Amino acid sequence: MKAIATPRRPRHPLAGLSIHLGLLCVSAGYLLPFLWMVSTSLKTGSQTQESPPRWIPHPWQPVNYVNIFRHPTFHAVLYTRNTLIIAILTVAGTTLSSAIVAYGFARIDFPGRGPLFAIMLATIMIPFPVTMVSVFRVFRWMDLHTAMWLGPDNFLQMLGTFKPLWLPAWFASAFNVFLLRQFFMTLPKELSEAARIDGCSEFAIFWRVVLPLAKPALAVVALFSFMGVWNDFLGPLVYIQRPEQYTLALGLAAFQTRIGGTPWELLMAASTLVCLPTLILFFLTQRTFIEGIATTGGK
Amino acid sequence: MAFISPWIIGFAVFTAIPIGLSFYYSFCDYSLTRPSRGPLWIGLDNYNQMIHDPVFWKSLGNTLYYAAMALPAGMLVSLGLALMLNANIRGQTIYRTIIFLPSLVPTIASAMIWLWMFNPTEGMFNFLLAKVHIPAPDWLGERLAMPSLAMMSVWSVGNTVVIYLAGLQDVPRELLEAAEIDGAGPIRRLFAVTLPVLTPVIFFNLIMAIIGTFSILTIPYIMTLGGPNKSTYFYTMFNYDEAFKYLHMGYAATLAWVQLALTLALTGIAFLSARKWVHYG
Repeated sequence: MKAIATPRRPRHPLAGLSIHLGLLCVSAGYLLPFLWMVSTSLKTGSQTQESPPRWIPHPWQPVNYVNIFRHPTFHAVLYTRNTLIIAILTVAGTTLSSAIVAYGFARIDFPGRGPLFAIMLATIMIPFPVTMVSVFRVFRWMDLHTAMWLGPDNFLQMLGTFKPLWLPAWFASAFNVFLLRQFFMTLPKELSEAARIDGCSEFAIFWRVVLPLAKPALAVVALFSFMGVWNDFLGPLVYIQRPEQYTLALGLAAFQTRIGGTPWELLMAASTLVCLPTLILFFLTQRTFIEGIATTGGK
Repeated sequence: MAFISPWIIGFAVFTAIPIGLSFYYSFCDYSLTRPSRGPLWIGLDNYNQMIHDPVFWKSLGNTLYYAAMALPAGMLVSLGLALMLNANIRGQTIYRTIIFLPSLVPTIASAMIWLWMFNPTEGMFNFLLAKVHIPAPDWLGERLAMPSLAMMSVWSVGNTVVIYLAGLQDVPRELLEAAEIDGAGPIRRLFAVTLPVLTPVIFFNLIMAIIGTFSILTIPYIMTLGGPNKSTYFYTMFNYDEAFKYLHMGYAATLAWVQLALTLALTGIAFLSARKWVHYG
């Protein structure tokens, strides 16, 4: 949020009070699921079935958070590693490629720029489920053709690897391009012109002048794409079959369905752990984060 | 031009070609259960099969039913919360943070939390209801599952609230004050000044909500698997099952195209209606 022009204090004392009351109720409601999750994650198996349930378990069992790492069917460390591999490659790819493309749209005049930009914005509106099946077909088609030339299981093999999940990120995402372009447009043109007079190539201007200035915007893109990967369930569901390749989201879903009498205390401990990185990231980068979301709304 | 080439390649390979291919497949009998045979042109047969397929109508009806609850609820709650959070009151930051937090929870985790809260025997909701002597409903049973999922969606409107809050900073204070001097009460000011200025933001959020609501898949996939008795079987799930469970690539492509067409039609209607109610200052 930008510097907020402090709105007037509600004049009527009752107005302020009723807003407080309303927000208190809503806040309580919004917090309840979190509290219930954390509370359950500290219970013993039999305590989760207690009626009435206790909010503060006694005795509490924090060892659930250790046990979740030792569980024979939930390989937390492996899943985290897989998720991080995909996340790092996605974040690096989308930040870099989107910045390059955004620079092209923001600073370079070429025929058809307007219509191309419009097409790009329109692709934001295509829902993922619409393309998911045919993108899968494209990867299969690629595999058939690379296998003909390079033999089976070559380094370009897509399906069965993490590539379908992170490779598309290296070809810019419309949303990130939009965000970065908005930012590049605000940078003074004189800077790049000065660099051009000094003999810099267009790419050097982008790399040495514009990119360093764009760090806050790049941070937003990196942050959101990391959250996107951390959150993603459908992508891994479509492209990952072998349990040793599961991401955290897939692992958690499988953990819940595989066992009949769900050990809720373990599931909630795992859920809490899955929430933690996003919550920590948010609290560390609050301002960037909120400004980023506000920007997406056309600010 | 060289700078935008990564996007051009990506657009071709991951958007244009797949959409084109799926348009072609939508007119083909193309089943991966018979790997030796490629796509076979059958004209409009898939579309014909679709309009006679009770599962198609069921899943489309389910999706519309869900949208009819989740869309207005999400729009109203997020706007209402933003208006309340915009008031200058003590603890504003804390309220804002609390209401934003749920949208940070990964979908998988929120599915787990709500599955546990909806649990018919040990869940929190039924415990709270028992306290006030209301018989415990089966939240994810055939009758209530859809409303329950819609209720759940309201929990994570934080992003939308933030966008509204940003929009509210643009409401000119002079206008509000002028209206007040002219004797307009708070309600009148809301409808005559604040909301009209906010309409572009409302419109943006509406478009995003339409696209998001019609592509919901993760939550029902984890929580109900479309059940019980197909009561939460969403259109996207039907599409997913046809493609990856039954490997009917031709039919799945038809369904994907119909979804694209429906989404475009709905956003198109929204854009057309925008002329009537969206004010671009």
